[in-house]
Amino acid sequence: MIRFDNTSKRYPGGHDALSQVNFFIPPGQMAFLTGHSGAGKSTLLKLIALLERPTRGQVFVNNQNLARISRTRIPYFRRKIGIIFQDHQLLFDRTVFDNVALPLIIAGSPRREVGKRVRAALDKVGLLNKEKVYPITLSGGEQQRVGIARAVVNKPALLLADEPTGNLDPELSREIMHIFEDFSQVGVTVLVATHDLDMISRMPYRQLTLKAARLVGDTDPVETEASA
Amino acid sequence: MSRHNLKTRGHVLLMRHLQVFFYSIGQLSRSPFSLFMTSAVIGIALALPTSLHILLKNAQQLSSGWDGAAQISVFLKESVSEQQVQALQKYLRKQKEIAEVTYISRQQALEEFKAQSGFGDALKALKSNPLPSVLIVQPALAHSEPLQTEALLEKIRKDKRVEIAQLDMQWVKRLYAIMDIVRRGVVVLAALLALAVLLVVGNTIRLAIQNRRDEIVVMKLIGGTDAFIRRPFLYTGFWYGILGAMLAFFMVTLALLLLSGPVERLTALYQNSFELTRLDFSTSLTLMISGIALGLIGSWLAVGRHLREIEPA
Repeated sequence: MIRFDNTSKRYPGGHDALSQVNFFIPPGQMAFLTGHSGAGKSTLLKLIALLERPTRGQVFVNNQNLARISRTRIPYFRRKIGIIFQDHQLLFDRTVFDNVALPLIIAGSPRREVGKRVRAALDKVGLLNKEKVYPITLSGGEQQRVGIARAVVNKPALLLADEPTGNLDPELSREIMHIFEDFSQVGVTVLVATHDLDMISRMPYRQLTLKAARLVGDTDPVETEASA
Repeated sequence: MSRHNLKTRGHVLLMRHLQVFFYSIGQLSRSPFSLFMTSAVIGIALALPTSLHILLKNAQQLSSGWDGAAQISVFLKESVSEQQVQALQKYLRKQKEIAEVTYISRQQALEEFKAQSGFGDALKALKSNPLPSVLIVQPALAHSEPLQTEALLEKIRKDKRVEIAQLDMQWVKRLYAIMDIVRRGVVVLAALLALAVLLVVGNTIRLAIQNRRDEIVVMKLIGGTDAFIRRPFLYTGFWYGILGAMLAFFMVTLALLLLSGPVERLTALYQNSFELTRLDFSTSLTLMISGIALGLIGSWLAVGRHLREIEPA
């Protein structure tokens, strides 16, 4: 689903954010991306979402070379992936329903379908009763769940999450991770960037570790178990 | 199949436009004061050239009567007798270029002068009547072109009985020349004010874009195309334009209403019944279309410049 082929990213000014990164995440896999702040996690996700372009090497998503996607085609590409941000990126002048409906409105879905799919997405994250409230009245964990609902509402095959539990306590973080596991189980590829090593160490998923712009670790507990 | 698809797509696009159409007016109505302020500025800018245009139109209408009224005053020689005058009058009346000939005898002229000038007593001191006989020649409408009247004038001048023949049209020509300048001035002013409207709309939209920067970032993050993001701002410009044009319409109508009373009184003093032209349909339509076009162009320019600068990072 995601393939990095000798990919490097150097920002103007000479700072290397990623250096010769290679990995492949097959469809349907759930993986964590870890490393200290500044190790390059966010940059890696940005390259996948075409928020940045690599300086060297290539990135493939769903067998599509991202270098071939022109600026005007980027919106259509982004509609096929769900992105979850640490700071939610919700619109506070709209209700929860309208926030979650936004990707469908942008894609031009018919009215009937919008209501149905928004409610299905809100149901999945357990916020069905909050559709009419404004995000500002929700707790941090609830806001993050609204962000997840918005990311999955048009049923993307790939979910990216950048520190989705960054501001949450352990209890809420676990809840959020469970939601991701649910999506993974129905075939969605999930890549979660987090520095919460404590939590993910107890979860049986692949772990990519970045350190100073380089990929230094790639462990998969399932594979390790299988080979043992 | 593809035809059906096309139909659905067209329908979806129409629905989206309708959504944004109402959404943008909803957004604007949340801050009615600033909406009114901006529209009022646009309205005043549009009202100025519109009212000047209407005034010009009125002046034209008022003076159009004078065009045909270009008369030739024929002053006869003192030696010409009453019979000769009658003969000349008859002769002139037969000419096809001439519609009407009025004779003002020396005696009539003196009476009129006495009555109107206020020199009545002073004139009594004169031994003889110093005023000549006058024939007022009214050219026929079909022959009232400036060149034709010139020719007629030449013809009359050649007559031996005529002392001086004068075309009373010089001042009409001058008035037309002045009106031509004013008309040109209105065009220049309209162009300048149109530019002002563009800047006002552009600046307002620029501020709107800045205020909704976060929203634009989110839209871009979740796959909003430039066209999608641009649309509400274009509709906002549209609303500013049309509201400005409507305000301009009311301002000009009100101004004309206020002017109509005094103008009628003034024209009545000139024994002239003249009704002030209101905003006619074509001018109103032009006003509306200009307002909408300026609103759209202004917002298009602002959006084109500023939307690209906002990229999620």
